[in-house]
Amino acid sequence: MPKDNGIGASTKRREDVRFLTGHGKYTDDINVLHQTYVHFLRSDVAHGKITSIDTAEAAKMPGVVRIFTGADFEGVGGLPCGWQVTDRHGEPMKEPPHPVLAQGKVRHVGEPIAAVVADTLAEARDAAEAIMVEIEDLPAAVDMKAALKDGAPKVHDELSDNLCYDWGFVEENKGAVEEAIKNAAHVTTLELVNNRLVANPMEPRVALGDYNRSDDMSTLYTTSQNPHVIRLLMGAFVLGIPEHKLRVVAPDVGGGFGTKIFHYAEEAFCTFAARQIKRPVKWTSTRSEAFMSDAHGRDHVTKIELALDKDNNFTAIRTETYANMGAYLSTFAPSVPTWLHGTLMAGNYKTPNIYVNVKAVFTNTVPVDAYRGAGRPEATFQLERVIDKAARELGVDPIALRKQNFITEFPYATPVAVEYDTGDYMATMAKLEEIADVKGFAARRAESEKNGKLRGLGINCYIEACGIAPSNLVGQLGARAGLYESATVRVNATGTISVMTGSHSHGQGHETAFPQVVAEMLGIDESMIDIVHGDTANTPMGMGTYGSRSIAVGGSAMVRATEKIINKAKKIAAHLMEASEADIELKDGAFSVAGTDKSVAWGDVTLAAYVPHNYPLEDIEPGLEETAFYDPSNFTYPSGAYCCEVEVDPETGKVTVERFAAADDFGNIINPMIVSGQVHGGIAQGIGQALLENCAYDENGQLLSASYMDYAMPRADDVPFYQVDHSCQTPCTHNPLGVKGCGEAGAIGSPPAVINAVVDALQSGGHKVTHIDMPATPSRVWAAMQG
Amino acid sequence: MAKVTMTVNGKSVSRDVEGRTLLVQFLREKLNLTGTHVGCDTSQCGACVVHVNGEAVKSCTMFAAEAEGAEVTTIEAVENDDGSLSVVQQAFQDHHGLQCGFCTPGMVMTATALLKENPKPSEAEIRDHLEGNICRCTGYHNIVKAIMAASGQDVSSVAAE
Ligand code: FES
Ligand code: FES
Repeated sequence: MPKDNGIGASTKRREDVRFLTGHGKYTDDINVLHQTYVHFLRSDVAHGKITSIDTAEAAKMPGVVRIFTGADFEGVGGLPCGWQVTDRHGEPMKEPPHPVLAQGKVRHVGEPIAAVVADTLAEARDAAEAIMVEIEDLPAAVDMKAALKDGAPKVHDELSDNLCYDWGFVEENKGAVEEAIKNAAHVTTLELVNNRLVANPMEPRVALGDYNRSDDMSTLYTTSQNPHVIRLLMGAFVLGIPEHKLRVVAPDVGGGFGTKIFHYAEEAFCTFAARQIKRPVKWTSTRSEAFMSDAHGRDHVTKIELALDKDNNFTAIRTETYANMGAYLSTFAPSVPTWLHGTLMAGNYKTPNIYVNVKAVFTNTVPVDAYRGAGRPEATFQLERVIDKAARELGVDPIALRKQNFITEFPYATPVAVEYDTGDYMATMAKLEEIADVKGFAARRAESEKNGKLRGLGINCYIEACGIAPSNLVGQLGARAGLYESATVRVNATGTISVMTGSHSHGQGHETAFPQVVAEMLGIDESMIDIVHGDTANTPMGMGTYGSRSIAVGGSAMVRATEKIINKAKKIAAHLMEASEADIELKDGAFSVAGTDKSVAWGDVTLAAYVPHNYPLEDIEPGLEETAFYDPSNFTYPSGAYCCEVEVDPETGKVTVERFAAADDFGNIINPMIVSGQVHGGIAQGIGQALLENCAYDENGQLLSASYMDYAMPRADDVPFYQVDHSCQTPCTHNPLGVKGCGEAGAIGSPPAVINAVVDALQSGGHKVTHIDMPATPSRVWAAMQG
Repeated sequence: MAKVTMTVNGKSVSRDVEGRTLLVQFLREKLNLTGTHVGCDTSQCGACVVHVNGEAVKSCTMFAAEAEGAEVTTIEAVENDDGSLSVVQQAFQDHHGLQCGFCTPGMVMTATALLKENPKPSEAEIRDHLEGNICRCTGYHNIVKAIMAASGQDVSSVAAE
């Protein structure tokens, strides 16, 4: 029987009721008395010198409260970068200033130049049209490799060139890798592009800054995945507001996918401007604005080489990647192509020699930062594509080649500095072959061919690193933050519980899943527990939600705090039953004395804690509330195997995804229903990347895909039902729940499966296609078929 | 400014609006019915779908003035009279057809209208009908499944967890 309470139950989500009835409270649903509206005048050129800004006419327009330009921000800090990468030569990356409003120059289409604050949004927009800005156009650096050539236009005049860093990992491996490639029986080489994407959570970003003169308190309501991080970055580094005078609230947030991690100019602006004009200032992004102001994702150009010995064992991997940073360093941008990418290059395979080189490049484009998977999809895509290509070159079965090279013993230390604690790649592959019905493929292909279609099957594996940690290690790697998580468990007098967490839910269902953990530990009903999150005023300092870290890190903090609660509650129970604390057992919501029939209910103990009449006051304090901060000792390593089956129409080049299967190992699972949902969403985003989505710039740096008219989002008829399975479970060995995290896996594991399937289909039709870049649009596929 | 009058969720309402005020702005800003969302500016995401005279309409494609005299229903009035979730709403919860919830009001309004027109839509018909509604979270699997379930179809063979 499936469980109906606690860990492992597919408890239906309690948050659904408010969302289904229109009572969610998203940031744009919040309005504050005397609120003003801001409209940003943004650059429509990629690169240029601002020669003049004349706001005089605009300032006289109806409703205008004040117009701000870069000059108003001269004394204000720029947007900080949260990660400093050290290059191959031991030098720090280049870190140019990132102004809130443009200072002297514009460096990408969409960069805010001026901000009009008015009584209504329509008035702000109308007035912005009356601002006269003169910009002297400069040639733009757009293509990464061209941007590194001598004489290329410089994005930042004060830097020697457009190279942010040249990173080698592990530098000491380089010689051995070269040697292994030289001595290989076979080397497969692949050049590929990991296409630039826009995360596109359905809720556009919103910021509402409020300022209360009576207590000098600023409040920012914002669409963030990590309100405490925003408070720290904005308070300490940008605006100089002490933390106790700054509250950041991220209420219901309509999806994040990474893009709502970062600290953005609009948040700092609204907070700053509200203090200046002493009225609330609200900004709501339009979708078009989102395309040019939300940090983009991916955008790598890579060459990978895989060396094999005569028995097809992998002997070395060498990769060289150009990673686009855009015009400025977004909050965690430098870490994505380096520590979140290079460390994953071993994948699921025991390749002894690996060397990763990454050149991060400034261009006149929107900043690029983490998007669902962040670095790990880029690592997985190139590795799983090159393995597939090698299998085809060698004429061996791609599944067999993978199995032959799987890591089978754990813990396993990779040559790229990480240690996998657990995994069973044979098991997930076997499960995949079963749920994908790989055996039945030949018959399905024959059927497709009868209908004049080509059919292909693509397989790949992935490994992910979640819950990046521990803080002292990431500090050495350049993180300017800790990566712990916090939880306060507040037991109320009647035994109900509020858990204040630093994690943030924006679709992941924490309000449902987190109580399942506490309920299981205490043996009480989930409905007695509520989660409080998203407000710095009533949650302990926490790092928020990204990198599939909430249950592995946030959940662990909650476990630790609940353990403290249990310890104290046992002391109280021992006193109430006049027994020894060591004999007290907690089961099904009651404390009993081992070997006796004495017991007290959970509620009796909690009441005693707050009405301490019969209470060991000399030994313990009244009350029952505990906080824990949890700093993990290692990453967690979810893994899995994915399979995609496509049909290709040889007449048009159109690819349709016919079947998709995913076998994941997430360790222990709290709520299987929610986990499946996370995988589904990730797969759709991966199919989107592989077949539909592309953020395109022209050679002048004009953004060509700036709305849903020209950025193809996956829709319901672009995807099939998915077969997902997470019954292969090798629990994480170093966190108390044995969990690994599941938020990004789908987006990491799916793009190579799709492209492997497309190549398989085309080759089955006799086309000599060995690779096709994403997105595999009909025109690209058709062109590839023409030879 | 001109006065528009319409019936929203069974109540007659009149407000002064500018000619350029969209129906979605009217609902959100004048009536505080913030369950109807705005996810794009090119009429492509469907987060703003409401019913106008019984038909699913993207409320960002219509001026408030064009709804003069109309019967408008928003997500806030979809539940049953006793306050329980409607069949469609309940199916979305039962089958985990929502994550962040932002697309959800539009999805529920679109699905409710579909089932009125076509009480037993096939998977393909549902996917086709959802063309105008984007969800970034769910990968559509559980949305399609929920709509099939809401129409009384057996979804036990559709892959679940
Ligand atoms: S807001 Fe109406 S379709 Fe997107
Ligand atoms: S549930 Fe988040 S967009 Fe659909």
